Amino acid sequence: MTALTLTNVNKSFGTVEVLKDINIEVEDGEFVVFVGPSGCGKSTLLRVIAGLEDVTSGEVRIGGELMNLTPPSKRGIAMVFQSYALYPHLNVRKNMSLALKQEGQSKQVIEQRVAKASKMLNLEPYIDRFPSELSGGQRQRVAIGRAIVREPKLFLFDEPLSNLDAALRMNTRLEIANLHQQLDASMIYVTHDQTEAMTLADKIVVLRDGHVEQVGSPMELYNNPANQFVAGFLGAPSMNFIPASLIGDSAGTTLGIRPEDLYLTDDGPLTANVTHVEHLGGDTNVIAMMQNHQITARLFGQHQVNAGEPVRFGYTQDRTYRFDPQGARLI
Amino acid sequence: MNKARQNPLNTAAMHGALILYTLIALFPVFVIIINSFKSRRAIFREPLALPDAESFSLIGYQTVMKQGDFFLYFQNSLIVTVVSLALVLLFGAMAAFALSEYKFKGNTLMGLYLALGIMIPIRIGTVAILDMMVATGLVNTLWALILVYTAQGLPLAVFILSEFMRQVSDDLKNAGRVDGLTEYTIFFRLVLPLVRPAMATVAVFNMIPIWNDLWFPLILAPAEETKTLTLGSQVFIGQFVTDWNAVLSALSMAILPVLVLYVIFSRQLIRGITSGAVK
Repeated sequence: MTALTLTNVNKSFGTVEVLKDINIEVEDGEFVVFVGPSGCGKSTLLRVIAGLEDVTSGEVRIGGELMNLTPPSKRGIAMVFQSYALYPHLNVRKNMSLALKQEGQSKQVIEQRVAKASKMLNLEPYIDRFPSELSGGQRQRVAIGRAIVREPKLFLFDEPLSNLDAALRMNTRLEIANLHQQLDASMIYVTHDQTEAMTLADKIVVLRDGHVEQVGSPMELYNNPANQFVAGFLGAPSMNFIPASLIGDSAGTTLGIRPEDLYLTDDGPLTANVTHVEHLGGDTNVIAMMQNHQITARLFGQHQVNAGEPVRFGYTQDRTYRFDPQGARLI
Repeated sequence: MNKARQNPLNTAAMHGALILYTLIALFPVFVIIINSFKSRRAIFREPLALPDAESFSLIGYQTVMKQGDFFLYFQNSLIVTVVSLALVLLFGAMAAFALSEYKFKGNTLMGLYLALGIMIPIRIGTVAILDMMVATGLVNTLWALILVYTAQGLPLAVFILSEFMRQVSDDLKNAGRVDGLTEYTIFFRLVLPLVRPAMATVAVFNMIPIWNDLWFPLILAPAEETKTLTLGSQVFIGQFVTDWNAVLSALSMAILPVLVLYVIFSRQLIRGITSGAVK
């Protein structure tokens, strides 16, 4: 069964079209990530699914039921917000139980579900504290706990990690992945960070300017991007784009090579001047200028390359991508 | 902490300036209070002297207690001020929430219309207000005053509160909606506690003009049983003779309740400021 179906969803604010003809399906138990640059409409799309915004046209179905006019609390969803959005005047226990009380659940059920969720998220020591007495990571766990206790058909995450520092982000990311396995629920996760998208998703939806650019599993999108935008958006460092004329190929088209597919060789076809070297220990990133085009090579291991040196890069032909002047993939 | 701020010389200068200002601000109040405890002759001979065994007199307070129903006036003033404030805060906050939270046609226009009241003094409409009160039979009731003061306080309240409500996180309100809270619960339980400092500001701004007003009580409710404190005190000020003992005593007593209300609100104000600072 499908957990969520969006059919021809359009949304405009006044004359500004924010979402254009969106069609997405989320299967039961699937982890779907909406990813795109800021302003691409991904958060609006999530708010449309949650019922916090109405669609201008199109259908939103959750679990097969038409939900266009259903208020958020009746949609069988739970949402985790970027800024945690905990109720400041309630302690952790009451924050988590409020929604259940509103639904009219019995005390016993509430207590049981809160206990289960707080155990799952290691929140038991903080259960009687107030949000102001918790750290950022703990607050985010409470926010997730508040979603879990409702046992929703669909979880919605709105950039839940962007307020956390780097180390905590990685831990919480793993926790969310674990949670998805344990709960076996459908989840939709919005982020602008392609690493989160690649690591968490069963299916990635890449959005740009309010429309879907490509949908697929992380590796599908990585290995087989439909266009230059998707190719450039996924992968870090991002794909190198070189005018094909520079290597004597048909003019107007663009050649794309992933940084890890470049290697140093004395007789390579790409000649460039090194401008900067990043020694990461495990990898070495070499940033070089090839005429007026910056290219980045990600070399495995440690390499002694100095800024200012001329280098030559080689690549294998079948690991390259070609795009026409409009950015569409040429095969 | 900033080092410059801990310099003892700076600290002394800062406190010196603040103490000086406090003294200047409190001096008239101080003079009123000490003179209210002196005999009439002592007030005129040495207005700045403290009451001593010879000049001490409670004649002013006795006059006030004897003449007119001072406690009734007191009660009237208190009822009018507290009820007006409560209505201003309640309706002001509700209107501000609607203006800042919901998108509807004419939202900006409505906001401007409400803000217009800040620029036009309500007293211009006194004749029309009196007409309306006569027509509705509200003359010489406390409701006449309460309604007028509520109308007078709303524009500024809506203006200040809507600005603050815009700053309340959208995520929090949306979290409430996803959790199934009604819009009223979101307003009363989530938003109002967060704008408490702004509410205190609005309350303080509105409280003193209402308490001190003489104009509307004189016009709309001059009857004995609806007189407010300020109006009641006027009986001691005559065209030719003024009973200064009584006037000063009445004023001294009138200060007290405002002081109490102010202390309540200012504590909220300070709490709001500090809780924001050490987030």
